[in-house]
Amino acid sequence: MSRKMKISLGAFIVASFAVALILGIFISPYASESPDGLERVADDKGFLNKAEETEPAWKHSPIPDYQFPKVKNEKFATSLSGLIGVIITAVVAVMIGVIPLALRKLAKRSKTTSADET
Amino acid sequence: MHIPDGFLDPKNSIVTYVASTGTLGYALYKAREELDEKKIPILGITAAFIFAAQMLNFPVAGGTSGHFLGAVLAMVLLGPFSGFLVMSVVLLVQCLFFADGGLTALGANIFNMGIIGGFLSYYLLILAKKALSRFGERRSLLFSSAFFAWFSVVVASAACSIELAFSGTVPFKVVFPAMVGVHSIIGIGEALITTVVVAIVLQLRPDLVASFTGAPSLPYAGEGVS
Repeated sequence: MSRKMKISLGAFIVASFAVALILGIFISPYASESPDGLERVADDKGFLNKAEETEPAWKHSPIPDYQFPKVKNEKFATSLSGLIGVIITAVVAVMIGVIPLALRKLAKRSKTTSADET
Repeated sequence: MHIPDGFLDPKNSIVTYVASTGTLGYALYKAREELDEKKIPILGITAAFIFAAQMLNFPVAGGTSGHFLGAVLAMVLLGPFSGFLVMSVVLLVQCLFFADGGLTALGANIFNMGIIGGFLSYYLLILAKKALSRFGERRSLLFSSAFFAWFSVVVASAACSIELAFSGTVPFKVVFPAMVGVHSIIGIGEALITTVVVAIVLQLRPDLVASFTGAPSLPYAGEGVS
């Protein structure tokens, strides 16, 4: 390692996960509620109704529109969604990331076997 | 710019689904060259950070908001294939858990934000970084990250406009200037967040920035490995 690392890997992971949680829990309730770029264009150009009149193809989203159901306080409902979303995304990404690693182990194993044969 | 159900016709849904799932399969295969056990938690926190940052809509001109996308950031930090996996996970979770982006448009959303706003922008970034190499590794990476983060949002919105037009939802000459116009403002936020985060990680742990070749890297990692 030619460069000096300022913090340990563990500290980096804990700190960045904390940042994600802080953003998701404490900052998200104060995000702008204005429509985003696509929604704004859809509204201005008169095709927003095509989405509004369409039944969603997937109706089982547990937390639609980042509002935790049955929580009356909207800001708190957003915070809860942020907390849950941050955790779910991290867990799913780790689960997906394990697949390429497993593939690499398989590739390595077959490489060493073929090397042994020659 | 998560496309909801109802904006795309079946033809556009299917074509983008095929392109995105094909790319996803290839990325799952290729990401093995970028990842090791140490990088797995980094994958998780990058996805978590992008999810949280995407929730933070910031106001742009005239009662409109924009939010971070994160594809360029993920690819610069983790390498293009792992970065694509992270973007796909974020979009999948948003679609299935939060009804953000329609399930029939998930293929298009991954295509726009992961392939066009991701791979295309990332590889152009790497070219730009090489062209700027005389300014130093750190500066050339930060400058190209800033520009191509902005570019990624604009080009993703252009792809989105093309799909909407091909679907017969809205005429191209109506939607294209409007989408590209508003997203060229939103892209400034993307450039700011991407550059600041890359700069912070370069300060703290340069070894965790895959596109920073000045850092010690995995034997497999780096561009040009095919």
